[in-house]
Amino acid sequence: MRATRAIELGTGLFVLLGFAALFFLITQITSRQVGFGETGYRVSAWFEQVGGLKPGAPVSMSGVTIGRVESIGYDFAEYKAHVVLRIDRKFDRIPDDSDAAIFTAGLLGGQYVGIGPGGSETYFKDGDRIEFTQSAVVLENLISKFLFSKAAEQTPTDQEAP
Amino acid sequence: MRQIARELRQSLSGSLVRIGKYSLFVGRLLSETPRALLRFRLVVEQVYNAGALSLVIIMLSGLFVGMVLGLQGYDLLQRFGSEESLGTAAALGLVKELGPVVTALLFAGRAGTALASELGLMRATDQIAALEMMAVDPVRRVVMPRFLGSVIAMPLLAAIFSMIGIFGAQLVGVQLMGVDPGQFWSQMKGAVEVADVMEGVIKSCVFGVACGAIAVYEGFHAIPTAEGVGRATTRTVVTSSVVVLLLDYMLTAVML
Repeated sequence: MRATRAIELGTGLFVLLGFAALFFLITQITSRQVGFGETGYRVSAWFEQVGGLKPGAPVSMSGVTIGRVESIGYDFAEYKAHVVLRIDRKFDRIPDDSDAAIFTAGLLGGQYVGIGPGGSETYFKDGDRIEFTQSAVVLENLISKFLFSKAAEQTPTDQEAP
Repeated sequence: MRQIARELRQSLSGSLVRIGKYSLFVGRLLSETPRALLRFRLVVEQVYNAGALSLVIIMLSGLFVGMVLGLQGYDLLQRFGSEESLGTAAALGLVKELGPVVTALLFAGRAGTALASELGLMRATDQIAALEMMAVDPVRRVVMPRFLGSVIAMPLLAAIFSMIGIFGAQLVGVQLMGVDPGQFWSQMKGAVEVADVMEGVIKSCVFGVACGAIAVYEGFHAIPTAEGVGRATTRTVVTSSVVVLLLDYMLTAVML
């Protein structure tokens, strides 16, 4: 065998570099955070409209990410979307009358859940429910509301004219 | 008229026969895989030949593809005022498409031709016949390690390509064009998922099987003349490129 050692060394380096690249792609490019999902507590919220919210979207308070959306389902008991949020254990002093709303990050950004703190002395525990929720804004609804209000303004003036 | 019909039928049945031969050969290669993995030393040598020696061209191409992606992406995205999404665009494009495909095309040109001409020359100089004389199965001893070498090397090369490409895009986008580095990385992290990376890995594994099998098939079945070896080498590049692009469309359609 010719220069077996050099070949083995080269192959070892190549394979190491390849797996390092793969590791880099998985940990640095994606938002997978090691151990984030397991060390938190869950709270539920019911929304009239979740818009484009997806599992894995951030939950934030004043812009700081404190958790992620774990699952989104439809609840036939309330006829609302049932969203389960997993919040990191570090953030364990959120008043239990806080409210949750769905916002959009930027014009083209994804949607996230924003939590606004309430004034209660007791804090959220695992399995609690967020009572006060505000739905996602659907652009079509806004536009149609605007158009209808414009139309409502217009018609009386048209009738007064003759 | 009759002659045209006959030639058409002949070329049609010829290509059908070729496809059948390919399929049988790939089936044989796959069925031999567990046994060939036991002769690990031979495979390692071929991983070196196919992978480590292709590293320079892959890294260089990755850097420039990433840089071009940075320029073009910036030019396109700034028209919509969202040049911060450059990281997302570059990372998704590289990880899902350009990484596996360009790597496979380069691999066919760099390692596939080397494999095909090496095997073709072995055939032309009767080395394969000599192995058969010694009751050594040439497919097991010569073909399998080369095939497995390229199957192992391809996903690793594609991952390296994508990583270098993202750095290239970062180089142009952030250093040259002034995209905010924090936005570049955080938007990328927010939008790219592990499933996207896995899609690229699956693609490059499939391309590795396809490119490796085509190269060893063409080399192993080359006509044992100087011209035949040359033709086998050419056919390797052409067939690999077409098959890779075809498979890419099909895999994308399935996994998207």
